[in-house]
Amino acid sequence: MNLMMLLEMAVSGFGDRVAVRSGTEELTYQQLFDAAGAAAAAFEASGCENAALLDVNSLAVPVGLFASAWAGRPFVPLNYRLTDAEIEALAERIAPSFLVTSRERADALAKLPRTTVVAREAFLPRVFGKPAREPSWPMDPDAIAILLFTSGTTGAPKAAVIRHKHLVSYIFGSVEFGAAGEDEAALVSVPPYHIAGMAAITSSVYAGRRIVQLPAFSAEAWIETARRERVTHAFVVPTMLGRIVDALEPLDAGLPHLRALSYGGGKMPLPVIERAMRLLPRTDFTNAYGLTETSSTIAVLGPEDHRAAAASDDPAIRRRLTSVGRPLPSVEVEIRDPEGGRLGPERHGEVCVRGEQVSGEYLGRTSTVDREGWFPTRDGGFADLDGYLFLAGRIDDVIVRGGENISPGDIEDVLLEHEAVADCAVFGIPDEQWGEAVAAAIVLRPGRKATAEDLQKWVRDRLRSSRTPQRIEFRDELPYNETGKLLRRRVKAELAGEIP
Amino acid sequence: MARLKTGTRLKSVVCNTQVMVVAAPDADVDCSCGGHPMIDAAATPPEGLVISPEAAKGTTLGKRYVNADGKLELLCIKAGEGSLAVGGVALVLKEAKPLPSSD
Repeated sequence: MNLMMLLEMAVSGFGDRVAVRSGTEELTYQQLFDAAGAAAAAFEASGCENAALLDVNSLAVPVGLFASAWAGRPFVPLNYRLTDAEIEALAERIAPSFLVTSRERADALAKLPRTTVVAREAFLPRVFGKPAREPSWPMDPDAIAILLFTSGTTGAPKAAVIRHKHLVSYIFGSVEFGAAGEDEAALVSVPPYHIAGMAAITSSVYAGRRIVQLPAFSAEAWIETARRERVTHAFVVPTMLGRIVDALEPLDAGLPHLRALSYGGGKMPLPVIERAMRLLPRTDFTNAYGLTETSSTIAVLGPEDHRAAAASDDPAIRRRLTSVGRPLPSVEVEIRDPEGGRLGPERHGEVCVRGEQVSGEYLGRTSTVDREGWFPTRDGGFADLDGYLFLAGRIDDVIVRGGENISPGDIEDVLLEHEAVADCAVFGIPDEQWGEAVAAAIVLRPGRKATAEDLQKWVRDRLRSSRTPQRIEFRDELPYNETGKLLRRRVKAELAGEIP
Repeated sequence: MARLKTGTRLKSVVCNTQVMVVAAPDADVDCSCGGHPMIDAAATPPEGLVISPEAAKGTTLGKRYVNADGKLELLCIKAGEGSLAVGGVALVLKEAKPLPSSD
């Protein structure tokens, strides 16, 4: 198997259609295929072992991804928010490599050892318009397709390994070939170094849906592009949707072409999805749950689920708006206790997943997948009677207070219901008496007031007293990563005085 | 007759059809296309064979073909003029149950 199979099928099926559009530039599937062949030749000639990309979304992303597959080299999209020093450390780990980056950064990084640094502005013209190359790529299903470095908030970044068999299985298992109509366009605004960015390219190519790239996200640019390009499909992370909804509300004009909006990559606040559904009544919403280690989506809460939940008075149905849905037909999901025993409906435990798309692997480390093929996600959660999956935060974030397991998310949900609270983070701090105690960092809404005592009483009145934060600190803002994930451990370290 | 593994690619010896095994039963199966046994995609086909007229309905790119119990599933990755069968029984087109787009 090889990712190039997907592109080759697209070329045979609808080669003249536009595959990807970035600003005013575009490539058909045939042109993308030809450019991938030419770029693969450049990778091969350089003697590189990895093909890296340090850049925002551009035509170089799909070209680089498929060219790497063609050349049998892992594609390594790097986080462009990293400093030159951080990039240098990663470059050393993937050398010898071919690195495509922006013109501004190419100069600063030109002297990286054993790295061929090329500016995107010079690279793309070099691979466009070349005569078609005889198709030939390695078909080893175990070869590495993509390496994705984690953010490394604790320790050195780890490189998640996605093999060709994982990503190809994911696409074959979840996308119908050529199913997109000629008018369909998918707006890709997640960065290329996020698994959703990679999945968006591969699934759009296989479905025959034109990709419209947004180089850098802002709600205004997203809305403007969605309208101008008549975007029919899009994926966003919850923070993006929150900002889009904020920007859309006063405009008094919706997104008439947007048929399907999927979201994932973090917990969706209930008020945001409710507002989004009200503002875009004709758009189908899908919540997609997945991890880097599972080659993207493993469970979906589809449009019908959203509508049924929003319209229901039954609390068990209504709460499904906060569910991540049911597993894809091609994967199995189980909830397990700490000893590995399988738990029934409504029982909290660890979400474990098995399927062809599951990698569960980091470069140079022992696989976390067990002998039967199960990958422990480290996500806590439970399933309801009908198999709808509910997540309850990362297991490593669970606070153990006097032997009692406390999920920070439950307390955060209650705090966010307080009218003065704009944002919050709950985490454990060392405590002599209880082992761990509950602490909270709070961001207040502008012009609103609440004291630590007010908020403690608020939580105590709604949850058990053991859930009441013993320590509350106020902040101007909380740290988030690029894709809107709260950096809970960073807040915790700041509070403990480890980070100034 | 051979036991098939998921991910294996097979090709027709009489047309352009290529398939990838998406699901395979735990038993020996003989896949044919155009009335002749299929071979590994990397193998060299024998020459001089022609499509059997009763197995010439063609294959469609990107479609899935299944046997009666659904245990064998082949994905057409290159289309051709022959039609697929296993043990002499024609495979049928699997109806797509599209999932909502999630990327």
